[in-house]
Amino acid sequence: MISRREFVQVAAAVAAMVPANWSRSFAQQRLTQAELLKFDSLGNVTILHVADIHGQLLPVYFREPSINLGVGEAKGLVPHITGRSLLDHYKIPAGSPNAYALSSDDFAALAKSYGRIGGLDRIATIIKAVRAERGERVLLLDGGDTWQNSYTSLLTKGQDMVECMALLKPDAMTGHWEFTLGEARVKELIEKLGFPFLAQNVRDTEWNEPVFKSSVTVERGGTRVGIIGQALPYTAIANPRWMIPNWSFGIREEELRKEVATVRKNGADLVVLLSHNGFDLDRKLASRIDGIDVILTAHTHDALPEVVRIGKTLLVASGSHGKFVSRVDLDVRNGEVKDFRFKLIPVFSDVIAPDTEVAAKIRAIRAPHESMLGEVIGRTDTVLYRRGNFNGTLDNLICEAMLAERDAQIALSPGFRWGNSLLPGQAITREDIYNATAITYPAAYRVSMSGARLKEVLEDVADNIFNPDPYYQQGGDMVRVGGLSYTIDLGKPAGQRISGMMLRASGEPIDPAKGYTVAGWASVNEATEGPPIWDVVMNYIKRKGTVAPVEGDHIKVVGT
Amino acid sequence: MTTALNRRQALTIGVGAAALAVVGESISPAFAANDYEEVIKKFTGGKSPTVGRVRIDAPEIAENGNTVPMTISVESPMTPASYVTAVLVVADENPRPGVVTFHFTPESGVAEANTRIRLASTQFLTVVARMNDGSFFSAKKEVKVTIGGCGG
Repeated sequence: MISRREFVQVAAAVAAMVPANWSRSFAQQRLTQAELLKFDSLGNVTILHVADIHGQLLPVYFREPSINLGVGEAKGLVPHITGRSLLDHYKIPAGSPNAYALSSDDFAALAKSYGRIGGLDRIATIIKAVRAERGERVLLLDGGDTWQNSYTSLLTKGQDMVECMALLKPDAMTGHWEFTLGEARVKELIEKLGFPFLAQNVRDTEWNEPVFKSSVTVERGGTRVGIIGQALPYTAIANPRWMIPNWSFGIREEELRKEVATVRKNGADLVVLLSHNGFDLDRKLASRIDGIDVILTAHTHDALPEVVRIGKTLLVASGSHGKFVSRVDLDVRNGEVKDFRFKLIPVFSDVIAPDTEVAAKIRAIRAPHESMLGEVIGRTDTVLYRRGNFNGTLDNLICEAMLAERDAQIALSPGFRWGNSLLPGQAITREDIYNATAITYPAAYRVSMSGARLKEVLEDVADNIFNPDPYYQQGGDMVRVGGLSYTIDLGKPAGQRISGMMLRASGEPIDPAKGYTVAGWASVNEATEGPPIWDVVMNYIKRKGTVAPVEGDHIKVVGT
Repeated sequence: MTTALNRRQALTIGVGAAALAVVGESISPAFAANDYEEVIKKFTGGKSPTVGRVRIDAPEIAENGNTVPMTISVESPMTPASYVTAVLVVADENPRPGVVTFHFTPESGVAEANTRIRLASTQFLTVVARMNDGSFFSAKKEVKVTIGGCGG
């Protein structure tokens, strides 16, 4: 019997040999662990970076976006290049392992060949291998969004992730979704981390004093490395502020500038910003603040196979859901980066052997829940995915569920960038639904909203994503809608982007003065009432048996 | 507003050494619409301020529009020969444009003050500083007030 791993290796090898028009024919290399880890080491410091794992202990299918529009100065630049254009930009052969890992092209077919990506036990293997090779030159940094968005992380309030990550021995982390566990729990977890939780940009609301350590300086390969943490500046806006009432966030550019200067003055040869700002925000920040050598970006889930250079600053984007580990080797001399080498290592789960210690830990955490989580509740005939600027098929399914189960005219679903993908023909398990909905504020509300208010909501979220100034972008994607169609013009200023709002059931234009029944979830308001969203979605799928949501044509995008 | 000195008011007058803040009252409430340009003109006596020397530290997006932290500072030696006499803060979309006016003397030591302000919606803050030589400097910053949610 051919094992899954052997199959993938054969598939890649065959792809490399089959000529002409088969889409995988350009696949260059035979996929092996040695090949994935191969790295011509350089210099005195090696940084390993993971970010946005979103509670995913196991390997996943995760389709990268086909629509990820850039605005303002970021228009047309990475990471706003997707699909085939992305492959062309980086000269990645179509059908190759990297094409599967990095783009949305031919996703379902490639997923069947190359399998799932990620898994914290595989990540552990990579980290241990690099440590074995590079010894005390290695730094491991976690960019945050680690402790939430799976069933076990929700149930254990992040304990599962903290315990598994501890085995990887990170040197520091920062955060965003971590804060949705509330102030008390975050403090409790941080106390026992064994490594610093860094965030220079979080202050208490009363005295404006730092809540967390801003930076830490460690020595690696005879080089002093200053690491500054930057939590998501918009946590208290994008997520419930009532859960963190005493903490205030923000970019705090001037404070950051001072922190960089302080870290340098105290002897750091290399300054690293462990950031959860989002890529475009970090790109702007790099152009305005001197003295940061490396920004490890996160939040916007971009996976870039090359470093982006802004002046002297290197920007690294390590993807999400445990799909990648970034490795940057740096030659640092006299307080300056003389040379560097980079690799975005895709964590092909059928190729990289799981680390036994971490695998055992994951099994132990999951064992009490495994059978419940594995319960099949339905099946999908189409690819289910979320990531992209507008409704993915998974969002359409959630919206359909809310319209049906909550008897609403319009459904609103948050534009989270996390949530795994499912392949056509795949069984939908309870766990799959938790992986798309597991948050600490899951109430599926049902309210009456005026047409004017609905437009205000859409405009507001649109500006959070498409404001041409990255300092005003919160990340995330556009709020997902069901029962409603609209046109969005990205060329227009705030408040004027949304037009042609129409109730799909009747084809009538939305009347600003009229009230509509709206179902939604993930409200940031305290005391929101309703059943948890996962129950709503599971009930719907159980009733339907098989679902087949399509992308739909209810959102028209112009002015790109 | 209560008559007791609450923390917000204490902050308003507490920073920038001897800066004296006049909250709102220096601007006539008679302006029915938000005529912030008129308020600036009145403050400058019709002169156009030069952009620069003034810094506004405020969040790009407010976490809570009802209480937005803001620090203003003006580059100045603050000596009897050269100092900032007053700093006007206006908001162009609030029901009334006037937010606060800070008054300084050379004894203030530094032309800096912080307070928390209320912003009804996304708008620009304009800060104008009057120097003792009668010149004016200004800065502008947009602060977004948003419904929130959906980040992630």
